[in-house]
Amino acid sequence: MITQIEGKKVAVAGDKKSLFKSLFNFDVKTYTMILALVSIWLIFSLATNGDFLTSRNLSNLFRQMSITGILSIGMVFIIITGHIDLSAGSLMGLLGGIVAILNVWFKFDGVVAIGMTLIAGLAIGLFNGWLVAYKKIPAFIVTLGGLLVFRGILVGVTKGTTVASLGPEIKFLGNAYLIDGIGIALGIVAVGVIVYNTLNGRKLRTQYGLSTVPMPVEVVKIVFATVLIGLVVIVLNSYQGFPVPVLILAILAVIFSYILTRTVFGRRVYAIGGNGEAAKLCGINVPKMTLTLFAMHGLLVAIAGILLTSRLNAASVAAGQNAEMDAIAACVIGGASLAGGVGSVGGAIVGALVMSSLDNGMSMLNIETFWQYIVKGAILVIAVWFDIATKNKK
Amino acid sequence: MDEVILEMKGIIKEFSGVKALNNVSFKVKKGEIHALCGENGAGKSTLMKVLSGVYPNGTYQGEIVFNRQNLIIRNISDAEQVGIAIIHQELALFKELPVYENIFIGNELHSKGFVNIPAMLAKTQALLKEMKLDVSPYTLIKHLGTGQQQLVEIAKVLSKNAKMLILDEPTASLSEGEVEILMNILAGLKAKGVTCIYISHKLDEVFHLADNVTVIRDGQSIGTVGIKNLTKDDIVRMMVGREIVDLYPKEVHVTEQEILSVKNYTVYDPNELNKEIVHNVSFSLKRGEVLGFAGLVGAGRTELVAAVYGFHAGKCSGEVYLSGEKIEINHPNDALQQGIAMVPEDRKRHGIIESMSVMQNMTLANIENYRLQLDSIDNCKELTDANYYMGKLKIKAPGLDALIKNLSGGNQQKVVLAKFLLRKLKVLILDEPTRGIDVGAKYEIYNLINQLASEGIGIIMVSSDLPEILGMADRIIVMNEGRINGEFINQNLDQEQIMHCAVGGATK
Repeated sequence: MITQIEGKKVAVAGDKKSLFKSLFNFDVKTYTMILALVSIWLIFSLATNGDFLTSRNLSNLFRQMSITGILSIGMVFIIITGHIDLSAGSLMGLLGGIVAILNVWFKFDGVVAIGMTLIAGLAIGLFNGWLVAYKKIPAFIVTLGGLLVFRGILVGVTKGTTVASLGPEIKFLGNAYLIDGIGIALGIVAVGVIVYNTLNGRKLRTQYGLSTVPMPVEVVKIVFATVLIGLVVIVLNSYQGFPVPVLILAILAVIFSYILTRTVFGRRVYAIGGNGEAAKLCGINVPKMTLTLFAMHGLLVAIAGILLTSRLNAASVAAGQNAEMDAIAACVIGGASLAGGVGSVGGAIVGALVMSSLDNGMSMLNIETFWQYIVKGAILVIAVWFDIATKNKK
Repeated sequence: MDEVILEMKGIIKEFSGVKALNNVSFKVKKGEIHALCGENGAGKSTLMKVLSGVYPNGTYQGEIVFNRQNLIIRNISDAEQVGIAIIHQELALFKELPVYENIFIGNELHSKGFVNIPAMLAKTQALLKEMKLDVSPYTLIKHLGTGQQQLVEIAKVLSKNAKMLILDEPTASLSEGEVEILMNILAGLKAKGVTCIYISHKLDEVFHLADNVTVIRDGQSIGTVGIKNLTKDDIVRMMVGREIVDLYPKEVHVTEQEILSVKNYTVYDPNELNKEIVHNVSFSLKRGEVLGFAGLVGAGRTELVAAVYGFHAGKCSGEVYLSGEKIEINHPNDALQQGIAMVPEDRKRHGIIESMSVMQNMTLANIENYRLQLDSIDNCKELTDANYYMGKLKIKAPGLDALIKNLSGGNQQKVVLAKFLLRKLKVLILDEPTRGIDVGAKYEIYNLINQLASEGIGIIMVSSDLPEILGMADRIIVMNEGRINGEFINQNLDQEQIMHCAVGGATK
């Protein structure tokens, strides 16, 4: 009986929702992220007299964020299942080193070197996953060990030297720009997908009597998204074109967002993170899923490592240091919960954009490194604090 | 001897609208051992938690008079201050700490700002001697057996100079020998003038120890009687003697065809490698049959069915035959593929995923059957199915996409049921299917059980609710301490027979 009354109340509240309210009725988390991003950009624009917002700098910013972004995509899967990866930065450095060594020292063709590095990433990910899933060692410990081991291997193998001057195929990935037309085409496709998804989802929801937001709100949202995509394309095109790493990030984001939100696999990822025991009771093979996730994450780290080496045109001993912290922070700022069960690829990427914006803006202002650390650390803690504070109010 | 040391008057304690204690009054005389009896969930433990400060003053109604003083207990240390100490059913010891630190935890002896270890050791030694417990004060708790741990727990309470000791099912995990030691200790305490409240299902112990017995049923005190004027049957009758309203819409669909057979199943404790929880149990189930498993909490029923489903964390051995064919189940997925499903006892821990929606919870066990190309989920089919079961089971929720944690217990339970009904089932295991849910939802679940039985599904129903088992089962297996202690065809049975069997009595 009690529930019945509750149910009615909710229904009534739903009817009364005004157009205006439902327009702004996102998650509080979405607000937090967007607010954080806008205020950071605003501060940097004022501090740099607008230099921050030039198309040249924004293009650079997007290129920089693509590496953190790719790491965050893998990381968010790991975090949603309630695990953590502290070794991502070291592993990225090591894999970046492997691709450079194969290409420069052993004269492997760029494509072959990339292929071998991807396989190495997958294999190391599998090994980490095996330790976590089947040997039941907490991921925190496994990857804390990895943090040191992978960095150690990199230093040992390169003997502390920088491996430089890579082949053109590898350089292309991190540095090239695509001609204007491709950016425009991608933008149009993206808008098309958004419109199709919105309309299709609406149709289904109406059919099953689920609450839908009013059509005008939907239209406003689509227009907003279109403008945003248009702006990004215009900004990128007005510099040198669509950067290849950004394209890679975009493709990976679409693929993994699809995996997380639309597939059986993704549903199981959330289930494991939400309640592993209940997931097992539903017949989900939790260890096998964990293994797969770590392998997948290893592959993504390999891609990030190749891009990093490519962009710097060299593999150095310190490459990727603290990158895992940026990735974890990006996921958390993007709404993921370290307790598991909550998080999204989109959020992680916006989080990565926040972290990269801080790096980029503070470098432009010639702020000393120690201040950069302090600010980034503080922003992370404040973001989580805000999240907890808003959650408690409910 | 006749001085009343404790009187609890008109105690009412509610849990979200459900009265766990309804106007309970309870008197204990000084220096006696007073037994408190009642079925699982009757309210015994709740009453003792009120007394010992687990539920602080203000969360319940009524008054407590102790030693002629009106007592206001805000927390556990308030209760300890006046000399009331409780030993809970689940032991609250620190496994990685030695005996003496456990005994003095929170009350460490100190001098000049430092912990006075020699004094604590000496006092511990004296206490252990009194307990006839032959262990060193330095032994870590994890190296002690459960019975010894229980004795340490008692020593801990005695170190606080308790005037009144509450023991909640102290012998549930003790061996015969340990029970005897405990009995002697309690007799010794009684001689010293310590009052004991003794909660137990084991009537033999009650008769051996107690001076007076109070029976609680459905949150109400039924009466206090001197043990000399009672027989075991009297107590059992007082414990279960409620009027059974026709809450159970039983239909019989049992057939002769055997669908599931479990042979020689032994289940081990997940924490202690060689400790058996279930000893060599065999049973069978027919198509359309509702097989009830009765017994007290801790009899091994949950572990048995979880092991059959492949969900038990510890080791298990034995054979399972489905429609005459031997099957291997090592993981719940193996069971699901064979058409066996289980609705777990602990809904919050094993049944639902709080961060997911009603629909996502409902379709999780069947999600592989919604798979389209590229591993994508068939939203249309998923919505159709979820919608169908939402209507069929009358699940009251704001919508399919509402988070499941916002639903009432009964509706959550229906979602958990729907989760498995989406699959083609041959056997459905229900572990405490109606625990903590309201009467209306219970009735709907009983109807659903009837319907499933009529479709030829074999149903195993583990329940501690005797009227429910008697109302719904075709056949009842009674377990006691990991063994099957009796099997009854559910005809002209009464609760007393089942209860008698569940507490370890021989089958009549």
